[in-house]
Amino acid sequence: MAEPILKVRNLQTRFFGTEGIVRAVDGVDFDVFEGRTLGVVGESGCGKSVTARSILRIVDRPGRVVGGEVWLKRAGGGPAVDIAKFTEAQMRDIRGPEIALVFQEPMASFSQHYTIGNQIVEGIRLHMGLDAPAARKRAIELLDMVGVPQPARRVDDYPFQLSGGLRQRVMIAMALACDPRILIADEPTTALDVTTQAQILDLLRSLQAERGLAIILITHDMGVIAEMAHDVSVMYLGRAVESGPVAEMFARPQHPYTRALLRSIPTVMAKPRTRLPTIAGSIPHPFNRPAGCAYNPRCAEIMGEICGQAEPPQVDTPQGHVRCFLHGGAP
Amino acid sequence: MATPTDADKFAVATQLQLTWWRFRRHKLAMVSLVVVVLFYLVALGADFLATSDPHASDARTSYIAPQPIHFFDDGAFRPFVYGIKGVRDVKTFKLVYTVDTGRKVHLELFGRGYTWSFLGLFETDIHLLGLRDAQRGDGIFLLGTDQLGRDLWSRLMVATRVSLTIGLVGVTVSLFLGVLLGGISAVYGGVVDTVIQRLIEVIRSMPTIPLWLGLAAALPNDWSVMQIYFAITVIISLLAWTDLARVVRGKFLSLREEDFVMAAELAGASQGRIIFRHMLPSFASHIIAAVSLALPAMIISETSLSFLGLGLRPPAISWGILLQDAQNIQTLALAPWLLVSAIPVIVVILAFNFLGDGLRDAADPYG
Amino acid sequence: MIAFVIRRLLLGLVTVWLISVLSFAIIQLPPGDFVSAYIAQQAASGSPVSAEAADAMRQEYGLGRPFYVQYGKWLGRILHGNLGESMEWRRPVSEVIGDRIWLTLLLSFAALVITWGLALPIGIYSAVRQYSWGDYLFTLVGFIGIAVPNFLLALIVMYFAFRLFGASVGGLFSSEMMLAPWGWPKFWDLMKHLPLPAIILALGGTAQLIRIMRANLLDELRRPYVVTARAKGLSETKVILKYPVRAALNPFASNIAYLFPYLVSGSIIISIVLGLPTVGPLLVKALVAQDMFLAGAIVLLLGVMTVIGTFISDLVLMWVEPRLRHQMD
Repeated sequence: MAEPILKVRNLQTRFFGTEGIVRAVDGVDFDVFEGRTLGVVGESGCGKSVTARSILRIVDRPGRVVGGEVWLKRAGGGPAVDIAKFTEAQMRDIRGPEIALVFQEPMASFSQHYTIGNQIVEGIRLHMGLDAPAARKRAIELLDMVGVPQPARRVDDYPFQLSGGLRQRVMIAMALACDPRILIADEPTTALDVTTQAQILDLLRSLQAERGLAIILITHDMGVIAEMAHDVSVMYLGRAVESGPVAEMFARPQHPYTRALLRSIPTVMAKPRTRLPTIAGSIPHPFNRPAGCAYNPRCAEIMGEICGQAEPPQVDTPQGHVRCFLHGGAP
Repeated sequence: MATPTDADKFAVATQLQLTWWRFRRHKLAMVSLVVVVLFYLVALGADFLATSDPHASDARTSYIAPQPIHFFDDGAFRPFVYGIKGVRDVKTFKLVYTVDTGRKVHLELFGRGYTWSFLGLFETDIHLLGLRDAQRGDGIFLLGTDQLGRDLWSRLMVATRVSLTIGLVGVTVSLFLGVLLGGISAVYGGVVDTVIQRLIEVIRSMPTIPLWLGLAAALPNDWSVMQIYFAITVIISLLAWTDLARVVRGKFLSLREEDFVMAAELAGASQGRIIFRHMLPSFASHIIAAVSLALPAMIISETSLSFLGLGLRPPAISWGILLQDAQNIQTLALAPWLLVSAIPVIVVILAFNFLGDGLRDAADPYG
Repeated sequence: MIAFVIRRLLLGLVTVWLISVLSFAIIQLPPGDFVSAYIAQQAASGSPVSAEAADAMRQEYGLGRPFYVQYGKWLGRILHGNLGESMEWRRPVSEVIGDRIWLTLLLSFAALVITWGLALPIGIYSAVRQYSWGDYLFTLVGFIGIAVPNFLLALIVMYFAFRLFGASVGGLFSSEMMLAPWGWPKFWDLMKHLPLPAIILALGGTAQLIRIMRANLLDELRRPYVVTARAKGLSETKVILKYPVRAALNPFASNIAYLFPYLVSGSIIISIVLGLPTVGPLLVKALVAQDMFLAGAIVLLLGVMTVIGTFISDLVLMWVEPRLRHQMD
């Protein structure tokens, strides 16, 4: 396989709150390839969204990226560079033209005080150096590309004048404004109804096919993963516990957590009137991170004392990587 | 994290209890609560704390600078102040009264002074501090005296009572108006709501001080101190209820959408029961917070009016009236201690503001 | 949008009407009718009014007729620009008030500008640098601004100016300019004297607005659209000024509408302490002397000015708030 366009290694982000430090992202590794989609999946609060923001270093206070490497192959070619070591000014050239973000709540993620055209144009003018009329023309083209009807008129609308689905299309147009090669979509369909959801996913797929976009798709929905992703990374409490190609993972999940997640998807094949299996317990409070493997208190396949004592290292499997003593790595 | 017993405790606590628990965590607000309580204790025991009759003027003690209490006399703990003596000015031959450092007047605890009445219940002449073997004109002038020779400390004590209670009475009146009109506005809605809301907007967009001044100036000159006191309170409250009405209406409207109100309606509770048993308790803490933020505004209003000579009138004593003496620069240059009356005004307003902020945060941690 | 303007305009008219009723009520409140008071005063000063003249006056003012007739006659005269006669000064009220009303307006407006000019940047700073030393300092100053009523502040400033510089800081003009005709020198003199009283007047409102701005901005800084703007690669300054500050301005602007009446009120009190030639001292003197036409006219003029100021604030609010513009279409 080709060299990844984005290589994340041991990424760590902490929140320095008044009541203690929360390790929101605690050593995440993954690779993203051109023209492929990496699905990042996990329950709410496992650190998916923070991971996305940590890559671009736009984590809100009191959060801060404290360690790790983010190797990016830049548009101009040449060897990959570690953007984790970039200055704030250098990072601003990455945000938009290299890596762009699409957010979960299209309503809240737009300012209600400016037209959508205004909000799309500013990135274009900043990074591509176009003048106002040219930038506006490009904004209209982008709106047309993502399937906004009557883009020349819509460009002067305010976000509150658009429907939810349209808003998400505009958000994607805004993300693509400066031709990024990596698109991070943070739960892009969660706030939408099912039909609109499907349309937005279709749009993302066709954009990927046209432009060879690398997409990091963050979701809690295994169904979306199955439909969209080429590779999957399963996160639990700030760590990637298993990663690999999507077909392999759905066929032969390695980590007990992945297995549990897959079991809890409703299917048409299930016997009617039976209870859907759920994962016992809930995600522990971030201040009370369990010792050893963070998943051990809820694990159905717990091996014994070792799970509560040591953190399982990453082990290579034929399909990918996993962090679980079931697959070796025990001291 | 919460242990099961904690969780049970929180589950059965009333809204007010929860608010109190959250409130206790605000240190500044707790300190302010103590300060406010102390101020009201002073208001209650004003005459007991006064050292001389706040109304009695005496030409001999005109503009005496603040006199410290000396605690040790010849190495023994016998607190005393110096007496007052008259000296003939060598140039003008005028009799000038000054502090006589040659004569010590000793203090006593629970000494006797002027007669006062405690809430109209009983009369006594006992004060916290008194003088033993005092001559005419002698006094404990902790904060000095004014032009008419009246002891500022004693006047300040009595002024505290007047200014603080006028705030309380005023807030009670505007609370009544606010809850009534805000409640009516929210419960009936429609035209009534529109009319009341417009009225509030109109009142809020009027400059209050000229109107107060106009109304206060129209009070007849022959009214008694008590009548003026109540008239001023009503005048201030008439324009001050609007904020409370907005709080009440807003809370009413948002609570009406809550599930527990719906549940009570479905259970067949009467409208009165829903309002008084279910809704009122859940925003009582908001009202308390709004009140504690309205109080300092009341106090400022009274002080400003009296300061301009259009609020309370002498012989009534209030903070505004005390500050009236400090109005011109010549007097201030001669007797800067007259500005001391500003301190309790500032302290009490600050305390009420902190208290109100703390209460508001505690009542509504997300608001 | 037009509906919004019309609604505001109507509300303003109702307010003006209510203020006019209150002003007239204030004129009427003192015991006895004002014609008798006028006659008595004229007689006392040695120029008695004849019985016919007194009857004519009673007729003109509609005395003895119902309140609304008297009010109507009074309002009719006002609309023709006749504010009545000041009993104390024995001159038409409009002459007595003269420049003072404009100086009042100028002082209040200057305080409004200072309030905005200080509260906006300080509020932004305090929110963006929350819990920094600067934030704590401004919070402290803000609390003092809230706790010290502006007449007290004026007193304290005056006292310390006197103690430290031996100078009186009152007035809006230096003594040689007081009676000079209007011209650049007098205007320049006014500009030199205006800042201190305007700052004293502005401090209370500034403190409140800083708190409002800080709280709003802290709220807005947590919103997802701020992250969106950062993700576009904008600089932090641009992100904050263009997005959250813009959103926080909105509640800020709606508070401005209530700030103006507050400042007009405050200007009266501090004018008395600092001896400023505004309508404040005139109003208090008129009220004490029961010179009711003068007092009523001042209350009315202040009310009308406040309503106009509030209306302008509303237009500004509409201009900064696209959502409002579109809802009203």
